[in-house]
Amino acid sequence: MSNDGCGAPAGGVTITEDKAGKEAIVEGHVLRDGAPVATGYVRLLGTGDEFVAEVPLGEDGGFRFFAAPGDWTLRVLAPGDVRLEQTVSADIGHVTTVEFAI
Amino acid sequence: MSRSDVLVDADWVEAHIDTPGFVIVEVDEDTSAYDKGHIPSAVKIDWKKDLQDPVRRDFVDKVGFEALLSGKGISNDDTVVLYGGNNNWFAAYAYWYFKLYGHQNTLLLDGGRKKWELDSRELARDVPSREKTSYTASEQDEALRAKRDEVIAAIGKQNLVDVRSPDEFAGRLLAPAHLPQEQAQRGGHIPTAKNVPWSKAANEDGTFRADDELTSLYKEEAGVDFGKKTIAYCRIGERSAHTWFVLHEILGLPDVKNYDGSWTEYGSLVGVPIELGEGK
Repeated sequence: MSNDGCGAPAGGVTITEDKAGKEAIVEGHVLRDGAPVATGYVRLLGTGDEFVAEVPLGEDGGFRFFAAPGDWTLRVLAPGDVRLEQTVSADIGHVTTVEFAI
Repeated sequence: MSRSDVLVDADWVEAHIDTPGFVIVEVDEDTSAYDKGHIPSAVKIDWKKDLQDPVRRDFVDKVGFEALLSGKGISNDDTVVLYGGNNNWFAAYAYWYFKLYGHQNTLLLDGGRKKWELDSRELARDVPSREKTSYTASEQDEALRAKRDEVIAAIGKQNLVDVRSPDEFAGRLLAPAHLPQEQAQRGGHIPTAKNVPWSKAANEDGTFRADDELTSLYKEEAGVDFGKKTIAYCRIGERSAHTWFVLHEILGLPDVKNYDGSWTEYGSLVGVPIELGEGK
């Protein structure tokens, strides 16, 4: 795909496990009572909470990172002072999926 | 320049939504964010389609910028209030760009779109119609924009501030972690550059950190010499516009340039020196 900016790709991109190739993908959704949360952000944090990246949630509550392999913390920010966290491991050639429920 | 001359908060913007003489502008790369909902009365500018030349790698020229602002209904006398996503990356870039073409009455909403959304403030979907104007731009202010030869000449002489993530700086990644890896031919950084990721200048809600924290971050922690000229760069020049805004507009350093060619240009040049590894 082509995207020479640093923002989230317009409308998101669809990637399946067999297409992860040399990327280490971390993705998932944020839901409230089963419904997508479309307003909010997910931060990818490294060791010591070092900020690495952030994406806005999509209309379907979805998010995706192309990370380096290793351990990461995901932090969700949403209106109403919502703050959720989960640690994940990313591997080259794999899609790691994380679902958050508010 | 200081913080109060260039930054406004969300309450201030809310109070100026319908004030004549003020135009609120959302700037994003992904303009579907604007279409999902924007600050009432705001017009949108597309970072790529509106501000970049469609053929050459460069900005739209003076005539193109005049046509853009005229079409958006922005006049020379209007105060432009910019905000956007990605912690204001693209809004800070547009701020720098507006200054480059001489629009002095320009402000940035502290925290941008994220702070507005996290505060649960009103978002509108209707697109305002503004009457066309006859905008006149100045020639580009070369004092704000660094070009590649100047950057190479600055190695070891001026402050070079690389605002990318530590992994990009070290040469392990060629793009931020939320994007597919591509672009520049070689990884690494410009020799003698200090690595101060843009994100260290921002709070979690996207607002800028306090002046004393910012001074300490660049001066004490990173060793940026405030008595010297400074060039900031990243991958394509928008994260470094965020840092240019901090150093030039908030902290008031007199000579700071943004190198918009940034790593996608430098990392593809033949024969230039590249350093690998962690920051020193």
